[in-house]
Amino acid sequence: MALSTPTKPTDPDFVRIRSTATADSGKNLLDVKALKMHFPLTQGIIFQRQVGAVRAVDGVDFFVEKGETLGLVGESGCGKSTTGRAILQLYKPTGGEVKFDGVELTELGGEDMRKMRRRMQMIFQDPYASLNPRMTVGNIIGEPLEVHHLARGREKTERVQELLRVVGLNPYFTNRYPHEFSGGQRQRIGIARALAVEPEFIVCDEPISALDVSIQAQVINLLEELQDRFKLTYLFIAHDLSVVRHISDRVAVMYLGKIVELADRVDLYERPLHPYSQALLSAVPIPDPAVETKRKRIILTGDVPSPVNPPSGCRFHTRCWKAQQICSEVDPEFIEHEPRHWAACHFPGV
Amino acid sequence: MAQQLLEVQDLHTQFFTRDGVVRAVDGVSFELAAGETLGIVGESGCGKSVTALSLMRLIPVPPGKIVKGSIMFDGADVLKMDDDEVRGIRGNNIAMIFQDPMTSLNPVLTISRQISEALELHLKMDKSEARKRTIELLDLVGIPSAKKRVDDYPHQFSGGMRQRVMIAMALSCNPKLILADEPTTALDVTIQAQILDLLKNLAREFRTAFILITHDLGVVAGMTQRIHVMYGGKIVEKADTAELFANPKMPYTWGLLRSIPRLDERRKAKLLPIEGLPPDLIAPPPGCRFEPRCQYRRDICREKEPELVHIPNSKPDHEARCWGTQQGGWLVDTDWRKEVGDTRVIEEIKQEVAQLPPEPKPGDVPPSPTAI
Repeated sequence: MALSTPTKPTDPDFVRIRSTATADSGKNLLDVKALKMHFPLTQGIIFQRQVGAVRAVDGVDFFVEKGETLGLVGESGCGKSTTGRAILQLYKPTGGEVKFDGVELTELGGEDMRKMRRRMQMIFQDPYASLNPRMTVGNIIGEPLEVHHLARGREKTERVQELLRVVGLNPYFTNRYPHEFSGGQRQRIGIARALAVEPEFIVCDEPISALDVSIQAQVINLLEELQDRFKLTYLFIAHDLSVVRHISDRVAVMYLGKIVELADRVDLYERPLHPYSQALLSAVPIPDPAVETKRKRIILTGDVPSPVNPPSGCRFHTRCWKAQQICSEVDPEFIEHEPRHWAACHFPGV
Repeated sequence: MAQQLLEVQDLHTQFFTRDGVVRAVDGVSFELAAGETLGIVGESGCGKSVTALSLMRLIPVPPGKIVKGSIMFDGADVLKMDDDEVRGIRGNNIAMIFQDPMTSLNPVLTISRQISEALELHLKMDKSEARKRTIELLDLVGIPSAKKRVDDYPHQFSGGMRQRVMIAMALSCNPKLILADEPTTALDVTIQAQILDLLKNLAREFRTAFILITHDLGVVAGMTQRIHVMYGGKIVEKADTAELFANPKMPYTWGLLRSIPRLDERRKAKLLPIEGLPPDLIAPPPGCRFEPRCQYRRDICREKEPELVHIPNSKPDHEARCWGTQQGGWLVDTDWRKEVGDTRVIEEIKQEVAQLPPEPKPGDVPPSPTAI
């Protein structure tokens, strides 16, 4: 398999994607290249000096096509939420490029970025913490309309009621406060708020993990309906692999700040190439004792290493059953092993 | 029924709040034999955790109170004991593993102090004995270099390791019954697999009875012998594990099975959620608790509450609380698989299991790791 020449050969950490998004970037709404987000660790009382960095996201490349859902999975602390926030410039990325519809977001100033935010929104994990308890539902959903000068007065009220209807709530709830709603209903309010500015792209950061089992399916269905109706593009961040399979067109698996595998949904779930993806899939319990008792599980030993001081070479080698000498020395490249199926592993395969 | 380890009869636990009486557990009865594993499944607020806390008499009074029922453990009624007697059982004969390993350990005490405490108190060990046993226990639950880590504080352990510490603590006095309340919910999938594996092996080794409380049907499928499904403070279905998944007899259980996407099935075009919200336990529906959300409901469901009775076309110990599926009901002949949207036949499942790929071996298909 031929390899591409790196576009930035000077940067040793630069991860390469063969036939990257650049070739057909007309379809791509979002292009992320070598995105890094490091949080400094400081010491000292008066003079803070930096003693290290949490390398939460350490060089990820991917693209999101218009109208698709890209699922981003991984264990807690692997940097998936940080990736989502760094894309929306809620954190200032340490390095790398984020191109949204051809515009480089990392170079935009405050006012320009604020205008861009109209086109990209976020749905948060915790419906209890992400709604201001002192604002009425009407104000919560109406605020983005005012900020972006989209509607005011009577028009705003009508728009808010319309949005409530769209997410399956009673339009007369506008004067109620968040505490009067259940978790699932609050998540619907959060979704209505994100939809208010008619965005094209929504980062869904674990939108259902705080909800009850029987409510999760309701919210997933709502997100899918809205996607069809408003032609939305999603980056869907979650740790539940079965939910991600259901909702995503393509899936990226993250481990310790890097994407280790990225493929179309079917390819990833049926032929995972990276050992970490294989272990993750085998760890998901299946609600059927007939399957569960016979299934062989790959049980990983140990914990996820610290992102302050990640292992040398391949970051997964400390827990990998396939690891050889080379894995601890050379960081494997992110290579397209099959069409549209990338993985970063020295020994990929089933 | 003398050989039963635990017999719960008609347990009612209520919370007296400003808004009214919350009937968190409303007439729950079940029994458990020594060495048996039981799963209690339900959504949050269905009363499964309150049931577990009631067994240990850990309900905060006020606002809570166990208003009715009996809990016979090993021949004695836990509800009639005085505080000293209950303390003699807690941690000693019945131990508990909590959901959140981050908050259930005391952050200012070392691990050794926290585990030894129970050993010294219940088993009357002296300090050095207790310490030795603590190290053995930590070894047993798979904490690497236990000897060194025994004097560490909880914050020095990761989430999975803390849960192992909790399990070591639960095992310390060799209890007859362990209550595990969502033991893996706060953990990542790969760590969850480790902990479930550990619990399974320990249960087998020590012949300890387990009650595993969870909302995740996948977790109980591989871990338990029997399952009770709870909804709105009541047990709505009881069966052994294989039977429950092969032949569920309660529309709520169908709804649960239907609403979760499964990794081993073909992807469904659309999930079929249970519409509506779980019942308000201050003013629960007068008839069947699930009636307002049930797509098969009839008038009788709203008017009269069904009993937990044996269901036709099922194993003898299979009971459900549903007018539709009990003798003479309108759902007796309904094929749940069709209702659940699962068109596979059991034979197909068996074939798929047989065809699962063998365990990956190191070193197969090593393409040359090329660098430029």
